[in-house]
Amino acid sequence: MAERPAILAEGLKKYYGNVKALDGVDLAVPAGTVLGLLGPNGAGKTTAVRILTTLLQPDSGRGEVAGYDVVRDVHALRSVIGLAGQFAAIDENLSGRENLELVGRLYHMPKAVVKARAAELLEQFSLADAADRLTKTYSGGMRRRLDLAAALVAHPPVLFLDEPTTGLDPAGRQDLWEVIEQLVEEGTTLLLTTQYLEEADRLADSIAVIDHGHVIATGTADELKRKAGGDVLELTVSSPSRVSTAIKALGDIECGEPHVDRKRGRISVPVRNGSSAVVDAVRSLDKARVKVSDLSLHRPSLDDVFFALTGRAAEPDGQATNGESADVDGNGDRPQGRRGRRSAR
Amino acid sequence: MTAATTSPDATTSLAPVLRGRMPAAWVVSDAAQMTKRNLLRYIRLPNLVVFSTIQPVMFVLLFSYVFGGAIKFTLPKGTNYIDFLMAGIFVQAVIFGSVQTGVGLSDDLAKGMVDRFRSLPMARSAVLAGRTLSDTVRNVFVVLLMTVVGLLVGFRFHAGFISCVAGLGFAVLFGFAFSWISAFIGMSVRDPESAQAAGFIWVFPLLFASSAFVPLVTMPDWLQAFARNNPITHIINAIRALTQGGPVWHDLWISLAWIIAILLVFVPLSVRRYRNSV
Repeated sequence: MAERPAILAEGLKKYYGNVKALDGVDLAVPAGTVLGLLGPNGAGKTTAVRILTTLLQPDSGRGEVAGYDVVRDVHALRSVIGLAGQFAAIDENLSGRENLELVGRLYHMPKAVVKARAAELLEQFSLADAADRLTKTYSGGMRRRLDLAAALVAHPPVLFLDEPTTGLDPAGRQDLWEVIEQLVEEGTTLLLTTQYLEEADRLADSIAVIDHGHVIATGTADELKRKAGGDVLELTVSSPSRVSTAIKALGDIECGEPHVDRKRGRISVPVRNGSSAVVDAVRSLDKARVKVSDLSLHRPSLDDVFFALTGRAAEPDGQATNGESADVDGNGDRPQGRRGRRSAR
Repeated sequence: MTAATTSPDATTSLAPVLRGRMPAAWVVSDAAQMTKRNLLRYIRLPNLVVFSTIQPVMFVLLFSYVFGGAIKFTLPKGTNYIDFLMAGIFVQAVIFGSVQTGVGLSDDLAKGMVDRFRSLPMARSAVLAGRTLSDTVRNVFVVLLMTVVGLLVGFRFHAGFISCVAGLGFAVLFGFAFSWISAFIGMSVRDPESAQAAGFIWVFPLLFASSAFVPLVTMPDWLQAFARNNPITHIINAIRALTQGGPVWHDLWISLAWIIAILLVFVPLSVRRYRNSV
């Protein structure tokens, strides 16, 4: 018997006047898996989450979570989901423990269960020491962790996280990723929205790219990256006279046509398997005795995927995101803007 | 993934799943939880308590000592200004307290708390009820404090005990109704600063152009006409009569009608705003 997905959306539409926030979105998330909903600001990610968590009613279409209809079975549905939104929704004038216990009581869990569960979550999220402090004294990362803990109080089988790491520093982001991975291991079904391909890549089993209220692509992270042209290895040779030797050395590894800036000694070359290509390239260059002053691997970002899918940049009109500045590096066919950059290890 | 064996219906949620109507016990417990949460704020923020009580205390002292001398000549012989003033001070204090309902709700909206609450299987009424109830509890405290301060500077009750308690209770009841107007404003403007401003601005003319601080006869005719029909005048007159003696019923009925009308209009309006607050 074919299993019903834990999260299902069929033809979801939501219009605000002329603005089509969602224009017929279909999603299916099998139980126990993670779907990354990837898209720029204003693409419709949050609207989709709001409809599936009963905060908003769709204009048309159908949504179902854990078998419950998002319009007809509102109360039952809310008992089996957890939601953490873009902003940490915690009460600053309560302690961490009180925040969690309040949420537990509002799920109508028995008092003793609520107390035990709150203590367990505070421990799990490394908040036990700060449990009885007012949350207004918490750092941004602690707030986010508490917010996520609040979404987990009922141990919901289905979890919705709307841009859970936006605004966190890299360490905080790393922490949160680890917590989320642990949850997923326990079998929680997760729908996660994000603007970062890297995040979806790390956490999601499958990814749906959303733009202007449409799902424009679905697939695994690798499939999407392949569409976006894969990884690019960039290196700078210490003395420009050695560029030719370097290119020859790179010929030994599996890669595409290199793009060369001889004056600066810079070479960029598409590679298939990023991480191992870095190792191979270093070995090969070392063997050829080419000194390299800089070497880095560019992973395709949301922008690159977007550009590949739509032929335009991901940013909504006139709205710059907080990424790195334009990166004009000779890959003339790439969009300017934010790019996932990971230094070679 | 083929390993998933849990059917989507088999839930591992620790929360009981509601089928059918929500039991009344849940509705009550949700409102109680929210009331408790809002009241904890005042324990956690002692400054808030201090400053929100200093203001009404200041009004008692300023009005009675600064204006008292001038106004007493317009009062019936033998009436102390402080006895006249306190009914107005009670109503002013509960109105100012009720403005906080809108401020608190808009703060919850702006900080995403309302989203969290709306995603929980809690009673729909609990967020609003919890807020208006906690502000009512606070108003009880403020009215009692005002009474003590008033008694210290010469205020005296001149009616039976039950009548006086009814008078204070009536002020609190009016505050509760007013909280729902404030709730509607807060849910409409959606940010705490605007809720503060929008909650107060229209209250001042209503409050001052009433029988709160001066006898109506001292006002120009056109203003008297307005003030005489101002619901706040009726409410203050009713409280004044309940605590000082005199004919009660006329003002009491009219005020009760106003209170009921306010609730009938603003409870559904606020609930609708809350449900559509996205």
